[in-house]
Amino acid sequence: MSLITTLARLEAVRSGRARPAATVRHRHLSERPLVFVPLTTAGEVGAPLGALVGTDRHAPRLLAVPQPRDRDLRFAFLAELADVVLPYIESFTADVEPAERTETDPSTGKRVKAEVELCTDAPQLIVPSRSGIDYVRLLGRSMRFRRTAEQDPDDPHPAPPRVPLLGRWLTHFAERARVPGSSMLLALTEVLARHWTTGQSALEDQHLGALLAWISPPEGLSGAEAALHAERARDAGGQLLCPPAGPATDPAFDNKLLAPAVERYDRARGALAAAEDGVQADGRLGALTAAEEEIRALVERCARPTWDRVWDGLDLLRTLPEAAHVPDRWTRDRWSFTAHRDRVLAGEPPQPRHDDAVTAAAKLAAREREQARLDAQEALDDPLVMAGRQLAGEAFAGEVVDVAMAYSEGRRPSPRPLVTVRTGDRPHLTGQTRVYRSLDSRPQSAECVAHEDGGEAGGTLIVLRLLDKMGRGKEPAPGSVPEKGDRVCFTLFEHEQRGGPKLPDPEDTPWTHGGPPGEAGAPEAPDPVTEEDLL
Amino acid sequence: MTAPVDDPAAARLPSGPGAARSGSDPAAAAARATEAILADTLHGPHRGVVVDSPPGAGKSTLVVRAALELAAAGRPLMVVAQTNAQVDDLVVRLAEQNPDLPVGRLHSSDTDAYDKALDELPNVRTSARAADLAGLDVVLSTAAKWAHVTVDEPWRHAIVDEAYQMRSDALLAVAGLFERALFVGDPGQLDPFSVVGAEQWAGLSYDPSASAVSTLLAHNPGLPQHRLPVSWRLPASAAPLVSDAFYPYTPFRSGTGHGERRLRFAVPSDGTGPDRVIDEAAQTGWGLLELPARHTPRTDPEAVRAVAAVVARMLARGGTTVSERSEEPAPLTADRIAVGTAHRDQAAAVKSALAELGVRDVTVDTANRLQGREFDVTVMLHPLSGRPDATAFHLETGRLCVLASRHRHACVVVCRAGVSELLDEHPSTEPVQLGVTVKFPDGWEAMMSTWAQWSEHRVPWRP
Repeated sequence: MSLITTLARLEAVRSGRARPAATVRHRHLSERPLVFVPLTTAGEVGAPLGALVGTDRHAPRLLAVPQPRDRDLRFAFLAELADVVLPYIESFTADVEPAERTETDPSTGKRVKAEVELCTDAPQLIVPSRSGIDYVRLLGRSMRFRRTAEQDPDDPHPAPPRVPLLGRWLTHFAERARVPGSSMLLALTEVLARHWTTGQSALEDQHLGALLAWISPPEGLSGAEAALHAERARDAGGQLLCPPAGPATDPAFDNKLLAPAVERYDRARGALAAAEDGVQADGRLGALTAAEEEIRALVERCARPTWDRVWDGLDLLRTLPEAAHVPDRWTRDRWSFTAHRDRVLAGEPPQPRHDDAVTAAAKLAAREREQARLDAQEALDDPLVMAGRQLAGEAFAGEVVDVAMAYSEGRRPSPRPLVTVRTGDRPHLTGQTRVYRSLDSRPQSAECVAHEDGGEAGGTLIVLRLLDKMGRGKEPAPGSVPEKGDRVCFTLFEHEQRGGPKLPDPEDTPWTHGGPPGEAGAPEAPDPVTEEDLL
Repeated sequence: MTAPVDDPAAARLPSGPGAARSGSDPAAAAARATEAILADTLHGPHRGVVVDSPPGAGKSTLVVRAALELAAAGRPLMVVAQTNAQVDDLVVRLAEQNPDLPVGRLHSSDTDAYDKALDELPNVRTSARAADLAGLDVVLSTAAKWAHVTVDEPWRHAIVDEAYQMRSDALLAVAGLFERALFVGDPGQLDPFSVVGAEQWAGLSYDPSASAVSTLLAHNPGLPQHRLPVSWRLPASAAPLVSDAFYPYTPFRSGTGHGERRLRFAVPSDGTGPDRVIDEAAQTGWGLLELPARHTPRTDPEAVRAVAAVVARMLARGGTTVSERSEEPAPLTADRIAVGTAHRDQAAAVKSALAELGVRDVTVDTANRLQGREFDVTVMLHPLSGRPDATAFHLETGRLCVLASRHRHACVVVCRAGVSELLDEHPSTEPVQLGVTVKFPDGWEAMMSTWAQWSEHRVPWRP
């Protein structure tokens, strides 16, 4: 935990309210996000119990599985989910703008500009918490290798038509969520915790109710009291007033309400199957429908408070103005969305179970680059974040106390002015450290020539030699050199990220990494059906 | 670390703590190991040879010798190291050993990309473009620079230095450049890491965040693995502790015996904590200056001042060292002392505390940056000092191993009391990843065993 976070947590404890950790919003929020509050069944991995899903806070679509262990009912749930999610995703695929991308020409191997389409906007999925993202990944994994009756007529348990496609999209969302700074799939608790620091631990911040209680406690309560209330308070029946944000449910809910209701449903279904004539069946169908309705009501009762809180949380986030670099990162999300749209349209197979060596290395490199980019951009966009970097010795701000003109040696001397900055920060400068400042949104670099104690006036005096962005002439371009009295802020981290090295093509994987992967022709088979898969 | 032992000299040694210390002449054992490595490199049928080297076992000497022998055999080669400082160091050593050898130093296009001392060497050519260096016997660069090089014809040979600190994805980017390679490294130092999560690939043989050697061996299990059996850096007092704690299955020994290295001080002790711990370390090779138990911020002012006081007194008391390198006692100067910490802010705090005491030229850095360096005396701020918890970062085996294995004479550990209680409260709870080779010893065990040993050299001090 960084020093500024520790300070903010202490302040939050003392004041009884969460402290701002950012002055601007560092994540993109769509005009029309799709909120997804899934619930799962205890004791079985990937058995959905139900969900609230939709783009309208007043009209969520309620989906429920009355017997979560029944595969047919689960497929029906997934098909229904596909009916909500896929039209939402597809509503973004048609609006495109022309864009340019550098590609490698396969015949010449040269880098060439190519005219391509870029979707003007992309879908955004919001789940309540980190485990919601894992659940999206799990659902995607469970669906994308399934075969429909059309793809495989012999499959005894074919998936409904659009379910494998939903699996591919959910997998893409979950994979994209691993990229730092991406906003295609957001866990609300993480986004809120990025913008506010509470007086509780990072682990406790994963409870959406408690987190919101710290950020906006009800009248007359401190954040700590409200958070405790959100975590603990139960009604007369022993049920939590603020159910967990899921996908896991509260054991008291499972034992006292859900299990008896599912049992009633099973009995009603058994009775219907055993009906001897139409009149009897009609009556028993009524009982079955009633049992199903009861479970739907339970799912709604459990998920609705979370649903409302997610929208409250989004409202809180919308009170912050968007940070300057957010559109830049959202454009990367749009590229990612467009690329996956194209892969789906081209009929490519679903994402493989495991990345090959080259793909894994490329993904890791891309994510490290994005992490560095995110860290730099957040600091540049937000003085509060920059203050944290200053405290950590990774940046310094101060007043210019002296500017002396100097020139580089060589045939054509270029300006290399020496700028002396007095700062109260204590940056970790060693040797000729490179430092950077933002000049009209472009990084200007300088090297640290000397630093010494500031004497009576206090602070540290740092002498910097400016190195670039001063134009081609002998005299530096106007405005490119700070003047005496200016406030400047230099960072020890770079503002822009260089691209990584080119990795070999997967078919050229070297011997150290096991050589080329096996034949890529055949699509991966779905998971084999085991005894446990069938009731 | 569970390498099959190919070296016949090492194979005869019974395994287990203490075993590596007895036996034949260390120089002979080391020479036999080197011969076996060179034989496999020059004449073996395998595409790769892996050499595990404990701290100070002559890794760079081996790399230089192998490069010279390959070049002498008319087999041009590329050398991959991890940092520019390592590359420059190897270039200088190659030029010292054979000033006539045509050597290429491939460097990045940044200013100050390489040590300007290389410009003085007549047969060393430097360039930012690989094409300029074509045809030279040995071309050296960092893995990061090599990754941007493309060749029509791969090199027949390569030497990869510090291969355990190289990440698997970095090897992937350069492995197409060579046909066969010698991989040399220290398995006990800090593992490579990633600033973003890489759990999704854990257990895959080519996990890009794992070390290059683990990927290499997972795909090529039949490659010969050697190890260097003698540490020339660590004194007889330190080698058993480091070997037992960090290399329990591949023990090594010290190249020197007890009494061959001596550390003395002209000014007698004034009876304070720093002086007493200095004397303890001078006599036994280890000293533990223990401050009262307390939870502190990372830059614990008292511990930082204690570290600075120990260094300052060491210099003020006029230390001299005697070793196998020279007959005459050598003065213990500031450049032969280092301070190691876990975090950069701690290093910065120690630096400013030393500056207040008027001490200059003492190296103060984090474990990551001290890797591969050597000093006469080191002072270590223990990673767990004053902490309320023991995280995976602070328990990492490699970090403690680096801090405890930089010295030729003595090492002083500065720490708050209560490490064993802290360890008892924080058992290792890292999730078990399927398919990942479990590393022994784990950090918890290494912390516990080193602490038990250091406690025997404890000097309590109240600031």
